[in-house]
Amino acid sequence: MAVGLSSKRSMKLHPLPVRIMHWLNALAMILMILSGWKIYNDEVLFGWLHFPEWMTLGGEAQGALQWHFFAMWLLMINGLCYLAYGLITGRFRRKLLPIRPREVLSDIGDAMRFHLSHADITHYNAVQKVLYAGIIVVIIVQVVSGWAVWKPMQLSELASVFGSFQGARLVHFIGMAAIVAFLVIHVVLALIVPKTIGAMITGGPQVRPSDPARTQTGSAD
Amino acid sequence: MPIRSPSPSRFRPAAGIDQSALEANRALVAGINRRRLLRGSLSLGALAMLTGCDVTNRDAVQAALRAVSSFNDKVQALIFRPNHLAPTYSEAEVVKPPRFNAYYGVEDVDPVDGAKWKLELAGRITDKQPWTIRQFAELPEQEMIIRHICVEGWDYIGQWSGVNLRLFLEKVGADLTAQYVAFKCADDYSGSIDMATALHPQTILATKYAKQPITDPFGFPLRLRTATKLGFKNPKWITAIEVTNVFPGGYWESRGFNWFSGI
Repeated sequence: MAVGLSSKRSMKLHPLPVRIMHWLNALAMILMILSGWKIYNDEVLFGWLHFPEWMTLGGEAQGALQWHFFAMWLLMINGLCYLAYGLITGRFRRKLLPIRPREVLSDIGDAMRFHLSHADITHYNAVQKVLYAGIIVVIIVQVVSGWAVWKPMQLSELASVFGSFQGARLVHFIGMAAIVAFLVIHVVLALIVPKTIGAMITGGPQVRPSDPARTQTGSAD
Repeated sequence: MPIRSPSPSRFRPAAGIDQSALEANRALVAGINRRRLLRGSLSLGALAMLTGCDVTNRDAVQAALRAVSSFNDKVQALIFRPNHLAPTYSEAEVVKPPRFNAYYGVEDVDPVDGAKWKLELAGRITDKQPWTIRQFAELPEQEMIIRHICVEGWDYIGQWSGVNLRLFLEKVGADLTAQYVAFKCADDYSGSIDMATALHPQTILATKYAKQPITDPFGFPLRLRTATKLGFKNPKWITAIEVTNVFPGGYWESRGFNWFSGI
């Protein structure tokens, strides 16, 4: 279903709300990661891993904490809007589903051999679907583990899911690592197919929101 | 060329300024003019531009971040559950001795003389008589084995005993509707907590650790232990308690750490 839109009307690949939320999320995530590294440095989980100070945000611990607890609101509010939008407009269902394991495997094989077609950026291949759906799940888990680290007593029921306080910290760290890994892959792939970056700024080509799963015959931009 | 005063004044010599010093140091003055002044003004200007721009932006960002931190105080007060108990643990899990932390190293701890120590009371309290160690020993003792979580990210399980803070506040006739309970310490540290946390069942004025009197590095003779706040919100070596409606802040809070700092 498309709220407030005629199902016959075409719209851009990335409607304006999606673009705004995408870049706000990017900003919030980078602020969270860089300040989080500074917070981590004060009590490392792994003795071999300290993040270089120049890569961190906030100067001192208190500054990093201030940034972290500012950007979390941006991340959570923006993220909730994004989830609501994706669910209500059907964008998630349209863009990210279905995910078929066989397609994922064959697309990964194609990707490794640089055989994936990028002619039609309006249609996500199976690898993209897995990455985009996966990162949504990872960020949700990251927010939940973040609450467990922030409020292990007030939310002791939630915190107990992670075993211990350090367990919640570890999950929060692994979530960060997954997000950073996604970020690197996402940016590299976007740079390989630069028109995808343009599309996330201008909105990209027109698509029919009510179209069923599209075939590869769709035109490029 | 003589420099003449534009008009007579008791603050200016009538014959103009004595030029002999200038004549004697002409080379030096020329040097100042030509090189140092130019270089100095350039670098000063550059510095002013750099810092001027930087400081303004940084102040605005700092103010915004502090405003969000204050907002987060309110959010934390809102989600605080007055009767929700923090998890407790078994004696076997207690870490001995506890982990030390202060704004200086353990070697700089200045022990408090228990015989001379007194707890002063101030603010919205009816009975402001100071308290001695002996008086504290006569109060009912509450023990709790709780997790200590530091803002840095480390934690340990500790066994604390002492008098329940709500009970103590009631005993001295404190205004329990006031907003804050503030603490002053022998080492010039200070801190404050919200009244809801002060009245929480797991907030005590601790005198013992692992059933023994607290040792010097950990706050002898009296320290705060609350199960619902970060470690730095638990002042050690307490010498004064004030109940107040005026925001008292604290040592780390005035250095940018979040005031509520609930966990």
